[in-house]
Amino acid sequence: MENSRPKRVDIIFLMEGIDPIKVVETTIKKSPDDIILEMIDSGLKGRGGAGFPTGLKWKFTRNEESYDKYVICNADEGEPGTFKDREILDRVPEKVFAGIAICGYTIGAREGLIYLRGEYNFLLPTLNEKLILFNEGLKKIGLDFSIQMRSGSGAYICGEESALFESMEGKRGEPRNKPPFPTVAGYLGKPTVINNVETLVYAFMIARIGSEKFKEMGTKDSRGSKVFSISGDTPKAGISELELGMTVQQFVDEFGDGDTKAVQVGGASGGCVPRKMFQETIIGYEGIPTGGSMMLFNSSRSMYNVLHDYLEFFTEESCGQCTPCRVGCQQLLKGIEAIKRGDKSPGYLEDLKKLAKTMKVAAKCGLGQSVANPFVSIVSNFKEEIIY
Amino acid sequence: MSKYLVNLSVNDIPVSVPEGTTILAAAKKLDFKIPTLCYHEDLCVAGNCRVCVVEQVGARALVAACATPVSEGMQIHTNSATVRTARKTIIELLLSEHNADCTKCYKNGNCELQSLAHEYRVGEHVFIDLVNGKHRVIDDLSPSIIKDDSKCIRCQRCVRTCDELQGVSALTVAYKGDLQKISTFLGHPLAEVVCTNCGQCVNRCPVGALVEKTYVEEVWNAINNPNKHVVVQTAPAVRVAIGEELGYNPGERLTGKMVTALKRLGFDSVLDTDFTADLTILEEGTELLTRLKRALVDKDTRVALPMTTSCSPGWIKFIEHTFPEFLPNVSTCKSPQQMFGALAKTYYAQKKGLKAQDICVVSIMPCTAKKYEANRPEMRSSGYKDVDFVLTTRELGMMIKQAGINFHNLEDSQYDSFMGESTGAGVIFGVTGGVMEAALRTVYEVVTGREVPFKNLDILPVRGMEGVREAKVKIEGCLPEWKFLDGIEVSCAVAHGLANARKLMQAVKDGSAHYHFIEIMACPGGCLGGGGQPIPTNEEIRAKRATAIYREDEGLPLRKSHENPEVKMIYEEYLGAPNSNKSHALLHTHYLARRRY
Repeated sequence: MENSRPKRVDIIFLMEGIDPIKVVETTIKKSPDDIILEMIDSGLKGRGGAGFPTGLKWKFTRNEESYDKYVICNADEGEPGTFKDREILDRVPEKVFAGIAICGYTIGAREGLIYLRGEYNFLLPTLNEKLILFNEGLKKIGLDFSIQMRSGSGAYICGEESALFESMEGKRGEPRNKPPFPTVAGYLGKPTVINNVETLVYAFMIARIGSEKFKEMGTKDSRGSKVFSISGDTPKAGISELELGMTVQQFVDEFGDGDTKAVQVGGASGGCVPRKMFQETIIGYEGIPTGGSMMLFNSSRSMYNVLHDYLEFFTEESCGQCTPCRVGCQQLLKGIEAIKRGDKSPGYLEDLKKLAKTMKVAAKCGLGQSVANPFVSIVSNFKEEIIY
Repeated sequence: MSKYLVNLSVNDIPVSVPEGTTILAAAKKLDFKIPTLCYHEDLCVAGNCRVCVVEQVGARALVAACATPVSEGMQIHTNSATVRTARKTIIELLLSEHNADCTKCYKNGNCELQSLAHEYRVGEHVFIDLVNGKHRVIDDLSPSIIKDDSKCIRCQRCVRTCDELQGVSALTVAYKGDLQKISTFLGHPLAEVVCTNCGQCVNRCPVGALVEKTYVEEVWNAINNPNKHVVVQTAPAVRVAIGEELGYNPGERLTGKMVTALKRLGFDSVLDTDFTADLTILEEGTELLTRLKRALVDKDTRVALPMTTSCSPGWIKFIEHTFPEFLPNVSTCKSPQQMFGALAKTYYAQKKGLKAQDICVVSIMPCTAKKYEANRPEMRSSGYKDVDFVLTTRELGMMIKQAGINFHNLEDSQYDSFMGESTGAGVIFGVTGGVMEAALRTVYEVVTGREVPFKNLDILPVRGMEGVREAKVKIEGCLPEWKFLDGIEVSCAVAHGLANARKLMQAVKDGSAHYHFIEIMACPGGCLGGGGQPIPTNEEIRAKRATAIYREDEGLPLRKSHENPEVKMIYEEYLGAPNSNKSHALLHTHYLARRRY
């Protein structure tokens, strides 16, 4: 697909001819092991951004022996520039519910929970209403499983899976030490599958259409399609479901305004791809992975301001427990400000890059580890804009 | 812990450790020290300072050695280039948000961050100073503890101490990101929240963010004031720990040298809190017997049983906040420290021909809550503060160093008399279970005329480091006046550490546990693990101090409080009898129900 346009796909939002409860009913006639094989075969990876193979996650949790297990749908969509999960929950919530139920059946859980971002509380009444019907539907088909809503309170860090468990348990939202991983000890210390909203819908669709069809799309490392949240300097801002495997160039050709100088892939915690690397960078696990956020910047934008915004965000949203993240974020932010003002020499940027690299290996969780992504990519590619 | 062995290598040296062992412990087994800050043996693992990061071959990121269990075939490098860079960077980051005014800091010389900065030779700070320009509060309103946010490195040892070890939760984490801090309820001063002043946080703070409020200068001033007669009393647990401040290994008994040092410091009289510990046993024992009599003979249903001890001021503040409905159950006896102060300014003053206002009572305590206790408004039996200044074991160490005393070469000497005599029963007040043991030694003998039926007077069931312990002592063959107790099995419980105290009291409240007498000490291990004891204090060190206290008990000719000749003398000369009117005026107190937050 070297020079072709990104291929639009309609899997996630497709509702026509789909009765989610029916799909669950059909699916649970298969054995859990068969479902897991199907998931593994499909090559589906987590759509939240980290990209852990979904089938393996289910398998690990299924293999744990415990009377209580949980399925949690991570709907704490807090990454700047991401808004796909809101759209999915708004338009096709039953498909999300069904994905949770299939997962629950597969791993042997009796309870599923949706952790909804605090700012999305306006969705709660509708979701609760639909859940009542859905839970009734599950009862009718004889599946001992029910789903409940949980609401976050607006902390970005609570999207990190173990901080999310802490938050759900009524504690301060701080990431835990790993291991143990959620598949062994997650919510309430029990084996837990925690999947992104979109992942669960794909899992549902794979259960419906089979892994072969899913696998046809995408590349070896990045199977299937993905919902993108497109924003910034683009005439086509919004949600698009696209086949994986395109280059940033193909994406920009389709969505750019003709003057795109950089694309921030994966939100604030993702990497920045400058124009000179559009052609060689594939959007996906072989290139630059993304949870779906694509922010386009044209030449009118100051990349200093972009980076400054991100760092302010991380400085505020770090939970504050670990040193590299709590202090590191502040130092990066104050550091580029000092350079801009002339209080620190441009050479200090190298010290800050080293700091970012230490954060990447030494921070406790994904938040602190990923601050280096935007920092190093923006500073390396737009050094002049940062300094002058 | 599982018996399965896991094989791994640390710095290319193979080692086998039981499954579940951390990398930190595995490395220690090979004598590789991995630096730590947020880690403390007494607490759950936090893994948040990241100073202990090590390289695991094949892993994407470094791992925290304190928080990561070993796995088969793991290859760990504790000092690789990546590790060194990361570790040094982390120390530099901590210093950038730490008010590193080291030479003026109270903890100068005993600061874990300072040691690390020194070890890694962190020179000029690379990073931007984050201390200035932030609103930082120094809370010095508590008579016991000073909290300085500008020195805090957010390791959360204090939070974990306050929560899991003490069950108090006065300290907690507030806000996030750059604003994250250790706070109290709504940021109120420590003096106005549920803080019990136990000082366990002070004992665990790796830096100078939480320290005791020192009264060393005030004490020097009193010593140097020719118009003041300065009396010093030393708590039982100090004598087995002071050595740690002065270069000895934990567990050294240094009573004689300590007394000599105190005399050389210029105190006019060096006396012993153990004397009033013995006195406490007579007062408290009598109180217990009176309560039992009222309950069993007079069938008075208003008698509050079980009776609990009242020696530990941390425990007193805790029950005032947490179980105020049980305040009638607390013995009305003042703590030995306060009994001593009250008597020093009355009995002692009278005998020495001194006026109460000319006497300054200083106590050396293993405790920070004692500083608070001495300031309680009800503790003024003579019309003046019972106890003027309270110093911790650490502060005594400081004074000895300041005075240039070569402690190691000192001869032993004896406490002054009177109010300096003590028995082994008074000494064991310093260890959890000790008050119970001392009380049983006396009460049993008072009631039956015979010694407690335990070999060598060692009441082993109440000893040990189990968080909550129970013991039953059957009373048989009573003297005629105590006939009502014949055949009764006195049921006792002992708890140490306030989290255990909470458990025990909750069981009493639920009605799931029934006792006659409960001993509670606020600090883990009892006073020997007090918040004012040398830093570090941990399980191993507490065990050594406990052994030393029991040795001290064994070595004394008198081991039962009621045999203390000076105690007999004070009843004959001054107080009359235990729980007499005079005793009540001087040696007993009352308590106050406090808010739950």
